[in-house]
Amino acid sequence: MQHGKYRFIVGFLALPVIVYAIFVISPFVQAFQISLTDWSGLVGTAKFVGFENFERLWNNEDFWNALRHNVYLLIAVPIVTLALGLFFAFMLNVGGKRRKNEVITGVAGSKFYRFVFFFPQVISITIIAVIWFNIYNPDPNDGMLNSLLGAVGLDSLQNAWLGEKSLALLCIMAVMIWSHVGFYVVLFSAAMASIPRDIYEAALLDGAGRFHTFFRITLPLLWDTVQTGWVYMGIIALDGFALVQIMSVNMGGPDGATDVMPLRLYLTAFRDSQFGYASAMGIAMLIVTMTFAVLTMRFARRERIEF
Amino acid sequence: MGSTSAENPENPENPEHTGTTVNKESAGVGRRDLIKRSVALGLISVPTMSFLSACATGGGGGDDDASKAPGGPKSATNPLGVEKGAALEAFIFKGGLGDQYAKDAEADYKAKYGAQVKHTGTQQVGPKLTPRFAGGNPPDVIDNSGADHLDMNKLSTQGQLQDLQALLDAPSMDDADKKISDVIHPSTIEKGKHGDTFDVLYYAFTIYGTWYSQKALDDNGWQYPKTLDEMVTLCGEIKKKGIAPWTYAGKYPYYVHFNLFAQIAKIGGMDGWIAIDNLEPKAWTSNDAVKQVVEHYEELAAKKYFLEGSQGLTHIQSQTAWNKGKAIFIPNGSWVENEAAPTTPKDFAMSVGALFDGSGGDGMPHGTLRAEPSEPYIVASKGKNPAGGMEMLRIMLSKKHAQNFAKLVKSLTCVVDATEGMTLSPGLASASTAFKEAGDNIISLQLQEWYPSLTDEKIGGLTGQLLTGEMKAADWIKKTQEYADAVAKDDSVKKFKREK
Repeated sequence: MQHGKYRFIVGFLALPVIVYAIFVISPFVQAFQISLTDWSGLVGTAKFVGFENFERLWNNEDFWNALRHNVYLLIAVPIVTLALGLFFAFMLNVGGKRRKNEVITGVAGSKFYRFVFFFPQVISITIIAVIWFNIYNPDPNDGMLNSLLGAVGLDSLQNAWLGEKSLALLCIMAVMIWSHVGFYVVLFSAAMASIPRDIYEAALLDGAGRFHTFFRITLPLLWDTVQTGWVYMGIIALDGFALVQIMSVNMGGPDGATDVMPLRLYLTAFRDSQFGYASAMGIAMLIVTMTFAVLTMRFARRERIEF
Repeated sequence: MGSTSAENPENPENPEHTGTTVNKESAGVGRRDLIKRSVALGLISVPTMSFLSACATGGGGGDDDASKAPGGPKSATNPLGVEKGAALEAFIFKGGLGDQYAKDAEADYKAKYGAQVKHTGTQQVGPKLTPRFAGGNPPDVIDNSGADHLDMNKLSTQGQLQDLQALLDAPSMDDADKKISDVIHPSTIEKGKHGDTFDVLYYAFTIYGTWYSQKALDDNGWQYPKTLDEMVTLCGEIKKKGIAPWTYAGKYPYYVHFNLFAQIAKIGGMDGWIAIDNLEPKAWTSNDAVKQVVEHYEELAAKKYFLEGSQGLTHIQSQTAWNKGKAIFIPNGSWVENEAAPTTPKDFAMSVGALFDGSGGDGMPHGTLRAEPSEPYIVASKGKNPAGGMEMLRIMLSKKHAQNFAKLVKSLTCVVDATEGMTLSPGLASASTAFKEAGDNIISLQLQEWYPSLTDEKIGGLTGQLLTGEMKAADWIKKTQEYADAVAKDDSVKKFKREK
């Protein structure tokens, strides 16, 4: 039976592997190659400059500033998003009042909420950014947030939002979180559905409340899913390009307060026509993202509970 | 070069893919898998790499001798030698001015030469065309405008731009005795040169300045101020009425530079500004006009003369607030009349004022105006039909199309006196008058054109803080000088020099 097995496998794999190599691997490899040149992106010729681009990058304060903001996003966004996602999913599936004939239930109207939470996920990120940009409009009459604050008498909280150096990054973070929570509610809901009901039943018989049920049963059994979500959210936080490019004042401003690595890369490539240097930034981003993913997978590993 | 050009468009997208898309996709696969696989694929990717690297260096190449005088047989009606039936591709920036005026000219081209014209209207000229230039198949004629425009200095030094001398020497459509160089404004020719080569045609004329509603001033019995001090006094009166004196597009702080930079040139004189354009050491710190003007803005900010929240407004939002009468003055360019048309009240009487006088001994007289040739049109030397591209520009430079432009988008063209006898819209009429009154006292600035990352990102960031009162004038000047020095030292940025 072993005869011809490898030929069989190769026959099936060859085409997808070639496609993958050309469209995924080769751009990666070429980014390395281009990062060692001074290619402008406008003509077909480039000069080899060795590691000069990386040296410049190391001394580029703007890039470190952008990287720092990505790290802020990396710390805050996944934690808040996943915590909210878990909380909502728990309330929608387990957190309701006890009813007849059912061991666990969600809060009233949970089906409707689940539907609503998922909304932002179906809207394109560009549209989300444009909508929120207008919500943050500083005009006290035209800006949705400011006029809302004014209407309830909280005029003192009215602000320039994205134009305020200390608030701008937080404003963008909030949108990032808002637009992703819904997906995790659905993801965690699906994972919760696969937890056997008898475990909950046993816990309830022992008198566990919502709090204990969540921390002793739901969370440990969801750990794998949470971990995947963490990596995924982390990679989103290390990007943030679309939101920052569309929403931020003066492209990553005010005064660089919302700058992120991909935006730096974009401006270097398309505004300054320095594709070689921009490729070096791409490589740096790849290293940061990979380090994050590897570390997360390493340190978040726990014993798996079979059920 | 021709055979490999088809693959080229992939290459320039590399950095972006590495940065965003690929990361997301591979998240599903898992990073460790990806590393393993990429190692395993090393064997395959090596040959692929050499195949692809052939593309990265394949397109483009040396200078084309043909770029001096393209085209076929020439005649009186066809001075540029356009081949009949030769297709033309036009790539037009579709921003505040729209692209209808270009379509109208294309229609004439089509009728005259019986050729197909492929038209693209976009706001993404740079990102869309970068790969095509790298691949050696650019469109023929391009309106390279907007925030995402192509770097023309790089294109020019790399031989991608058609020398437009043939166009300048060709007869005008309206009068065969006049050459094109005779009917367009001298500053258009001056600005369109890279070195000695005229390769950019700035089709429009943009008048920069302080824009206001004449009606709002008349209703309150106010006069457009003549000096910076008068401006401060007037702002005080306006504020007493409960109206904000100024607003600006905080999202794009370089809008403020339209006035701020020009005001420095007006008070300090052009020599001082040319030193700034040339990135000379201490050009900012040693110029007293810089101090005077920046301190003026510091004062406006300290006295809260800017509409609250302006620092977060887009150009559209700030113009809308201004149209609604929430603010009186706005720094802007003459495209504003067309762009703000949907929100402008009928009796708004949009007007533009000249630069203000300083505290005496100004470098340039009262009435000095910043007027810049704008809407840069380029013809690709390595396109399929450079002669057709130039002919399209010749058509646009006819009186018929210059007037059409003024009518459609309420803006002046580089064609001198083309709008004579026309009834102009209020803003255009005001701009036209101010332009005439300024006479030879026209200011043209290069800094933003040459070093956009310096002006828009770096100085723009400082200006944003200056106008919210977070930064003092002295710090603004000090840091601006530091940023300018940093650019002067940066070898990767191509430097330019101007004499006048």
